[in-house]
Amino acid sequence: MAAEHDVAQHTVTAGEYIAHHLTFLNGTGAAQKNLVDFGLINYDTVFWVVFLAVLGGFVLWLAARRASSGVPGRFQAAVELLVEMVGDQAKGLIHSAESRKFVAPLGLTIFVWVFLMNAMDFLPLDLIPRIWEGLYAGMGHDPHHAYMRVVPTADINATMGMSVTVLLICLYYNAKIKGIGGWAHELVSAPFGTSKNPILAVVLGLVNFAMQLIEFAAKTISHGMRLFGNMFAGELIFMLIALMGAAWTGANLPSILLFFGHFVAGFAWAVFHILVVVLQAFIFMMLTLVYVGQAHESH
Amino acid sequence: MNLNATFIAQIVVFLTFVWFTMKFVWPPIVKALDERASKIADGLAAADKAKNDLALTEKRVGEELRKARESAADVRGGAEKQAAVIVEEARAEAARIVSAAREAAQGEAATAAQRAREELRAEVAALAVAGAERILRREIDAQVHAELLTNLKQELN
Repeated sequence: MAAEHDVAQHTVTAGEYIAHHLTFLNGTGAAQKNLVDFGLINYDTVFWVVFLAVLGGFVLWLAARRASSGVPGRFQAAVELLVEMVGDQAKGLIHSAESRKFVAPLGLTIFVWVFLMNAMDFLPLDLIPRIWEGLYAGMGHDPHHAYMRVVPTADINATMGMSVTVLLICLYYNAKIKGIGGWAHELVSAPFGTSKNPILAVVLGLVNFAMQLIEFAAKTISHGMRLFGNMFAGELIFMLIALMGAAWTGANLPSILLFFGHFVAGFAWAVFHILVVVLQAFIFMMLTLVYVGQAHESH
Repeated sequence: MNLNATFIAQIVVFLTFVWFTMKFVWPPIVKALDERASKIADGLAAADKAKNDLALTEKRVGEELRKARESAADVRGGAEKQAAVIVEEARAEAARIVSAAREAAQGEAATAAQRAREELRAEVAALAVAGAERILRREIDAQVHAELLTNLKQELN
């Protein structure tokens, strides 16, 4: 988030700086051209999601390994607090104890993982990209193409990947709890009901089914896009703040004012971002629990 | 915002992480939490029970003290009564012994008086015989004149 003086190099304009920071490392050395291209993969996102999953999993495993019914230490108490919080929320939203055996750990995983992915925003904006630039150049590549994005949740692939997984889990529970027949009946009879008149019933069925599809799509897309939008915007604002400090041209008044602005804005946004990071992780977890809970309820 | 194969990778990583949490993280922590909750519940119940027990014991101790005090008073009263009885008995016994002794002494005295009298009588009889001998100037055979002497003795009574 803090400005390393990338822009100060006269060859890089503010636009280029931001564009560079918003380009994924996908092996082509350039931004992806097509909206959807499954031949490409963002190595930086994949690396960081795996790294953070391993880190989060390790921390949780440490707490789980030491878990005992005796007096807990601070670390164990903190993890237990988290587990209790997720467990309580799951209990309130999903009434099947059998489903909770999967859904409660799912919620915990989401909260911890999304929190860690969001928290990557707290690292200095240019820290990891600069290190990567050095490594990339050291491997004999052009450092201008050393792209590195460190906030995985600012990659729509990551957030949509998670929200689509949640959708699949919801579809599984719909079929499991209501049975294929029961669920199929619900798909054509809710939310507008059905009719005894066969023609009307078909019309209503189509309308209902369309509504159900829209509902699933809206839930899933808004689920993934909300997190992506928040984190992408947060990252972008850190970049814009960084530009203020990067505009340093010497000990003149505009430069000093911009530097001061960078400090104030950077500090304020970082503090606010603490809230955003935790809140978005919590919202993603809660929505997952709510959607899975809805999959358990018949209309 | 472009979709690519990262999307698939994310789904795989996500499901793996969820599986890991479900398998190795959630169960031990929840188990520990449940165990601790039941331990605390047991502890609270034990504390309640101990408090009740203490109150009961205190009550019982009070009761026992009261009983002990009462029985001590009983014992003291009984002992006093018994002592009085014993003193009374001893006094009666003493009186009895004194009167028996007195009676015995009286009897002895009477016997002694009787014997003295008899001795006296015998002596008087002997004296009378001696006197009569002297008077008659002849020896009277005590054996021959036993009947006479006995009659004389009888008259002296």
